[in-house]
Amino acid sequence: MIEFRIHGRGGQGSVSAAYLLASAAFEAGRMCQAFPAFGAERRGAPVVAFVRIDDRTIDLRAQVSAPDYLIVQDDTLLHLKGITAGLKKGGAMVVNSTQDAALLEAQFGCKVFCLPADQLSVEAFGKPIPNTALLAAFLTLMPLFEVDALIEALKRRFGGAVLEGNIALARQVAAQTPKGIWQEIEHA
Amino acid sequence: MRSAVEGSQAIAKAVSLCRPDVVSAYPITPQTHIVENLSKLVADGNLHTEFVSVESEFSAASVVLGAAAAGARAYTASSSQGILLMAEVLFNIAGMRVPVVMTVANRAVSAPLSIWNDHSDSMAVRDAGWIQIHCSDNQEAVDTTIQAFKISEETELPVMVCMDGFILTHTMEVIDMPEQKLVDDWLPPFDFTRALNPAAPKSIGTLVTPDFFTEVRQAHHTAMQNALEVIERTDSSFAETFGRASGGLLTVEGEEDAKIGILAMGSTIGTLREGHRRHPEAGAAKIITLRTFRPFPAEAIRQAAAGLDHLIVIDRAISPGLGGIVGTEVAAALLGSKNPPRLHNHALGLGGRDIPETIFADLLDSVTKSDAPGFSIFDLIPENLAPEDR
Repeated sequence: MIEFRIHGRGGQGSVSAAYLLASAAFEAGRMCQAFPAFGAERRGAPVVAFVRIDDRTIDLRAQVSAPDYLIVQDDTLLHLKGITAGLKKGGAMVVNSTQDAALLEAQFGCKVFCLPADQLSVEAFGKPIPNTALLAAFLTLMPLFEVDALIEALKRRFGGAVLEGNIALARQVAAQTPKGIWQEIEHA
Repeated sequence: MRSAVEGSQAIAKAVSLCRPDVVSAYPITPQTHIVENLSKLVADGNLHTEFVSVESEFSAASVVLGAAAAGARAYTASSSQGILLMAEVLFNIAGMRVPVVMTVANRAVSAPLSIWNDHSDSMAVRDAGWIQIHCSDNQEAVDTTIQAFKISEETELPVMVCMDGFILTHTMEVIDMPEQKLVDDWLPPFDFTRALNPAAPKSIGTLVTPDFFTEVRQAHHTAMQNALEVIERTDSSFAETFGRASGGLLTVEGEEDAKIGILAMGSTIGTLREGHRRHPEAGAAKIITLRTFRPFPAEAIRQAAAGLDHLIVIDRAISPGLGGIVGTEVAAALLGSKNPPRLHNHALGLGGRDIPETIFADLLDSVTKSDAPGFSIFDLIPENLAPEDR
């Protein structure tokens, strides 16, 4: 089972990111589970969402406390205590940031990939919604399944110009991100 | 067709497959997405029903009561304070023996305010005379929603389909959505023989003197007891048509020779099952999924508990001053049975406290260590208590 924790702020599409990743996993023939840990639902407040992907039915309902991967939609959240809490040895995080990934790797002791997802999404469809770019980057670094599955998931969720913009963004990020440099964590 | 879908969206679709004549509901977290999705199905022309927007849950329950009494297939959904605001009408719906289906997106009850999951809301109306069925995953919730209309219409008893708020309602997972054609064949249109009809006027729910009130209650109790068989038969019939069952009154899994059993309702089951799979060293255990809480399946529980030395009963609500509700009822069911297991009743996961996968091993461990049977809140954090309460 591969477990993700997604950190973001209300309004950034963090729960959508979780649903998109799970939906993409289903399109790729895997079993999936995605759910939010809602607090008081306010724009800008920290939001956490979880995703599990497996080859069999997922029974576990607990929140993800020991994630394989983190997706961080807002780099101001890196200051929060416990942002990497429970991250498995060999785990990694994708961050929406213009910071130097090497510095963050040194700070957090895990693999980090940074991309300016706000800027990329503004260019692609006019809004700073970083989720599609971050997921496309993750699936290129760590090809659990093809980015095409993410595009299928986008098609199930969006339509019109928003869909076109998201698809173009996913393809652009996939083309510009190093392919397959992250490996799946071996599970005992 | 299989798809990855959010629980609430799946429930809205399942309701639409049952072709309700009237839907009325007032939004409340965490039920909101169910009503939003039903409203969208109607607005998009994909569900032809009378969708009545109301100003409160009291009105929502009243609308479905009136509609169903007039012979309409009627549906509503609510949570927490919404269930409490409905309470008076819920007793009336059941007392008038009017078939209605309601989803309860289970949530804690104020005060203090909590939007998160436990079973306090449906427990607060457990004596209203409704059938209450708990779902352990979203596939069960979809299938049970469809079954609920059939059960309700055959028994002339209203049915609550209980699903854990957020943990199921807001979780996307893979669902096999039944085909409309199969649902149409399996669930024929509602034909309420006692429907109000201006051509043959009658009243329901009027004043009943002491001459007959007792007998009305006896009839209701008998109908609830008879519903046990209907719930089992409906689940079997559903399985024949759709290829999967939802767990009848209760199901038992785990090692056949296990001496410890854990009984729970709702989504906690999945976490227990995963704990059991990951920690065989914790010991053998039977996991008992109590699906039907009202009517209470006492005989099925006695059979499931036969041969056990210990039975751990999990409550997701507390009756202050008593302890666990399911635990107390299971204890009553086991009274008088030969060599009953020792009962360990624990409340946990109150107001959304996360239930970790380690709970399975911790519960099993507590049985061997504990010499104090009875009730406790298992996941209490003593440091979080005010000093004067420690």
